[in-house]
Amino acid sequence: MIGKHRAIVGILFALPSILGLLLFTALPMLSSFVLSFTDYRTVNTPKFIGFGNYTRLFDGTDPYFYKSLWVTFKYVILRVPIGLAMSFLVALLLNQDFIKGKSIFRTIFYLPVIVPAVAASMIWIWLFSPDLGLLNSFLEALHLPTILWLDSEATVIPSIVFMSLWGIGSTVIIFLAGLQGVPRSLYEAATVDGAGVFRKFRAITIPMMTPIIFFNLIMGSIGAFQVFTEALIMTQGGPNNASLFYNYYIYREAFQFGEMGHASAIAWILFIIILIITGIFFKTSKSWVFYESEV
Amino acid sequence: MKRKNAAGQIAVYTILIIGACFCLLPLFWLVRSSFMTSMQIFEMPPVWIPVPFKLSNYTEALTTVDFARFFRNTAFITVSCLIGALISSSVSAYSYARLQWPGRRLIFALLLASMMLPGAVTLIPTFIGWKLAGLINTYYPLILPAWFGSAFDIFLLRQFYSTIPRDLDEAAYVDGAGHLTIYWKIIVPLSKPALIVIGLFSFMGSWNDFMGPLVYLNEESKYTVALGLQMFQSLHSAQWNLLMAASTVVITPVIIVFFIGQRYFIEGITLTGLKG
Repeated sequence: MIGKHRAIVGILFALPSILGLLLFTALPMLSSFVLSFTDYRTVNTPKFIGFGNYTRLFDGTDPYFYKSLWVTFKYVILRVPIGLAMSFLVALLLNQDFIKGKSIFRTIFYLPVIVPAVAASMIWIWLFSPDLGLLNSFLEALHLPTILWLDSEATVIPSIVFMSLWGIGSTVIIFLAGLQGVPRSLYEAATVDGAGVFRKFRAITIPMMTPIIFFNLIMGSIGAFQVFTEALIMTQGGPNNASLFYNYYIYREAFQFGEMGHASAIAWILFIIILIITGIFFKTSKSWVFYESEV
Repeated sequence: MKRKNAAGQIAVYTILIIGACFCLLPLFWLVRSSFMTSMQIFEMPPVWIPVPFKLSNYTEALTTVDFARFFRNTAFITVSCLIGALISSSVSAYSYARLQWPGRRLIFALLLASMMLPGAVTLIPTFIGWKLAGLINTYYPLILPAWFGSAFDIFLLRQFYSTIPRDLDEAAYVDGAGHLTIYWKIIVPLSKPALIVIGLFSFMGSWNDFMGPLVYLNEESKYTVALGLQMFQSLHSAQWNLLMAASTVVITPVIIVFFIGQRYFIEGITLTGLKG
């Protein structure tokens, strides 16, 4: 009797989240899955068409699908490793004992993270401006060739990667907190054994940090697959669809062209891609992620 | 040996300072451009300090588009979401951290998994749902979801609640206190720092949200600051000084809140990243 009462109280307390999970995750997922097999433009009623939306994507009838996949992968492949390496480097440097003003640095590195994406996009369009922007003025002052940044198909993705590095602050902080958790005794023991800086880094820091590297790798990849605001505000997918990010492509299909069924299919493919990639990460992680509790 | 050390220290400081400049320079450029005349802003090579200091960009930018209204709208949405997030997430987290009921582990795991789901998958049917409910172009789609708790907030609070000693609530339970009393009189007061973290993230989330308002609002009088800024850009794209003034205004409240709650921000980031 008491057990039953307890269960009811427990469920009542968790009710908002259970309802939220049903209403805003389970139900939409299910409907999105069903919608992806229908022809549903905002004007007609949904009509079942089997795999029609999917075949249209894969056989190239919709030319933007492969384009946006390619654009998004290019971005992820550049952004994730560079972002991880840079934030790890900054965290390592910030973690040195002699550094003064650590909290000031931490605040400065985190500051860009809080800037609204719309405003950040405005700032960066201005910095990237080919004739008047600060970045090209720097290049000119150094007598280097200027870059078209967002205006050329070749440089638009690297430019957006460059801009996104402005926001690595939260990753830096997670790495920094992890570094502070590595037991000092390990380093002391290694010093006694005569290990140098690089040896200690390779044999202690990296293995102890692998769970955090893994966490940031997963979160960073999921985030990188979902660029949206920058694409919509800064480039509208241009020039010549060279920055047609996947999420922007979905938005365009759904809300500008009203192709809800087709857009649902596109969204599901993204979901499956993310599942596969995180799945691969998890599988391979067994060979390189080191968990203390397993020792 | 000592010499080598000093060189190393200088190298480390140099890289960190370059990094810090990379973080600050865009913000500095934003503010300096916002105080310039349109003549000066186009000068080459660029000037670093605006002369004269033109304050009227702000009044001009804020009056050509009704920013006062966008601010009120955003503040309303932000506060409504904040209250919802605090209540729902903390009550739910209490249940996952402290109460025993069948299926709680499974549901908590599903909640965590839902964080990996790309927003685009649920956006389309959710939009259709709100449309069927006749609530497009209202604030309900932007506010109500916050009242069902967010997975991220619940996760963070649950981690925090789990660190509070169980003896406290067990003693209160023996004294006849119900779960509501325990939650309200013991857990909530002890978890103020975590609740502040949730509050700050919720504030940022609503204030900075762009896709939500973009999809759900279509009447200018209902716009939020993020949407207003984008509209302003499409109307005055060549007037960089005005655009920068408008952007500065949109960013300022977030920066102020950040500096007030900085310590908690860092704590929150650390908590979510490490104790998974």
